[in-house]
Amino acid sequence: MQNDNMETSQRSIMHFDPKAHEIALSTEDLHVFYGQSEAISEGDLQFERYKISSLIGPSGSGKSTFLRSLNRMNDRIATVKGKIMYRGLDINSNDIDVYEMRRHIGMVFQRPNPFAKSIYENIAFALRQRGTNKKQELDEIVETSLRQAAMWDQVKDDLNKSALALSGGQQQRLCIARAIAVKPDILLLDEPASALDPVSTSQIEDTLLELKQNYTIIIVTHNMQQASRISDYTAFFNMGKVLEYAETGDIFTNPKVDITNDYISGNFG
Amino acid sequence: MDKIRASLLKKSVASKIERRGKIISLSCLALIILVVFLIFYFVASRGLATFFSNHINLWSFLSGTQWNPGTVGTNGQPAVGALPMIVGSFLITIFSAIVATPFAIGTAVFMTEISPRRGAKILRPVTELLVGIPSVVYGFIGLQVVVPFVRSTFGGSGYGILSGTFVLFVMILPTVTSMSADALNAVPRYYREASLALGATRWQTIYKVVLRAAIPGMLTAIVFGMARAFGEALAVQMVIGNATLLPQNLVSPASTLTSILTMGIGNTVMGSLQNNALWSLAMILLLMSLFFNLVIRYIGRKGKLNHER
Repeated sequence: MQNDNMETSQRSIMHFDPKAHEIALSTEDLHVFYGQSEAISEGDLQFERYKISSLIGPSGSGKSTFLRSLNRMNDRIATVKGKIMYRGLDINSNDIDVYEMRRHIGMVFQRPNPFAKSIYENIAFALRQRGTNKKQELDEIVETSLRQAAMWDQVKDDLNKSALALSGGQQQRLCIARAIAVKPDILLLDEPASALDPVSTSQIEDTLLELKQNYTIIIVTHNMQQASRISDYTAFFNMGKVLEYAETGDIFTNPKVDITNDYISGNFG
Repeated sequence: MDKIRASLLKKSVASKIERRGKIISLSCLALIILVVFLIFYFVASRGLATFFSNHINLWSFLSGTQWNPGTVGTNGQPAVGALPMIVGSFLITIFSAIVATPFAIGTAVFMTEISPRRGAKILRPVTELLVGIPSVVYGFIGLQVVVPFVRSTFGGSGYGILSGTFVLFVMILPTVTSMSADALNAVPRYYREASLALGATRWQTIYKVVLRAAIPGMLTAIVFGMARAFGEALAVQMVIGNATLLPQNLVSPASTLTSILTMGIGNTVMGSLQNNALWSLAMILLLMSLFFNLVIRYIGRKGKLNHER
């Protein structure tokens, strides 16, 4: 059974030929261990530039672990083996300046996590750490980031208010604005809408579709409708393995693997 | 049917036990409140007697610099000027807090952020052990080690504010450290993640995010340490020299409210001016610890607002 899966997954990955596209980020033979136990045993994925790729799968399938490994947020928690290729460099190697790398590969978390600072300072935080201190420059970046996250009009008069006073959906969009303020290449989102109501969720989705023009987006989601609504490519994770990776339309209408079919039609998960 | 109705109307054993438990815990609470009130009342009645029965001017008590309650001072009034002790208490409290705070925060950061495993395994038990050492031991070490050290390094007799500061620094360090560590631990993990994900370094994360978020908790820790330093009697009395003089420098013998209290209370007759004056000192101590308590609560409440989401 285990072997069977592996073969099918190899086959199904072949089904999507990424060589014809521009690749922003790819993993080769990624393994993640928590102590002795292996959370990801096989991760070979390639993410196309300026597209949204979603990672779906049942709880505990390793999709979040995989995502967090991509910008090394698992560094002090788990052991990550294998290669993560970004601009021809293996960013999983020890020679990489992790902090610098995270400027290019940003992340938004499941739970909105603004700092207990003002809206303005939340966005300016990372810029200040980089040494950007000119008021005018900061103002500009704060405005463009908030505009990109589609919340400028709502908060432009309250920039000095505490970010904690915002609603959950606004907080999450602030977190997105904060992440894009440092102008990353790639944006990783770990179930960004799972703690939000349907209206906020659809606003976040609209924002992501907007952002796709300038950013490569990789999103973990529990919500299969969300994956089919917004993503160009979908990877299906199960038991720490990528079982299928294809264009979203294909994977939802014509899954190659039985388990994928079972999952997306709601038979388990 | 009637059986059920009867059983529903009857007072059950369980509800009786519940009532009894409620009464017991309430009376315990009432007893404690009563004791606190009695202490306040007693200290106040004795302490205020200095001003009402002995007709000492409150201002001359607080600002006078001569302390010798049995005799008459230069101004013709009994010599009950508490200023040297008040100044001594405040100086020693503030200095020891200033010295202890950087060490405590550094240790707490190491314990929680830099090496949590070693922190939990080694440092925390050690700091907790330090809390448990009796103050007379600290005082004795202060007398045998710190006083000669201060004498040979800074001159003077060695007794004084400086020696007291060193001893109190070690005494309050564990309290401030472990409370600061608790404050840092209480900073939600997602703050750290958010900061790291934005490309901030570990140090930037600690300095700009974690420490900032923990400020209310750490202030509470510092004030708590100050309260402890202010109230510490025995160890301070052993190293400060107990001269009721306004401290001229850090190495001249001085005194604190607590040290004069422990020295004098056994040698006075209840109801006499000497005794009442000591009670007045105790009242100042009590009011100060009340003040520290209020500050802690105030900071705590502000801190809670900060973390609400």
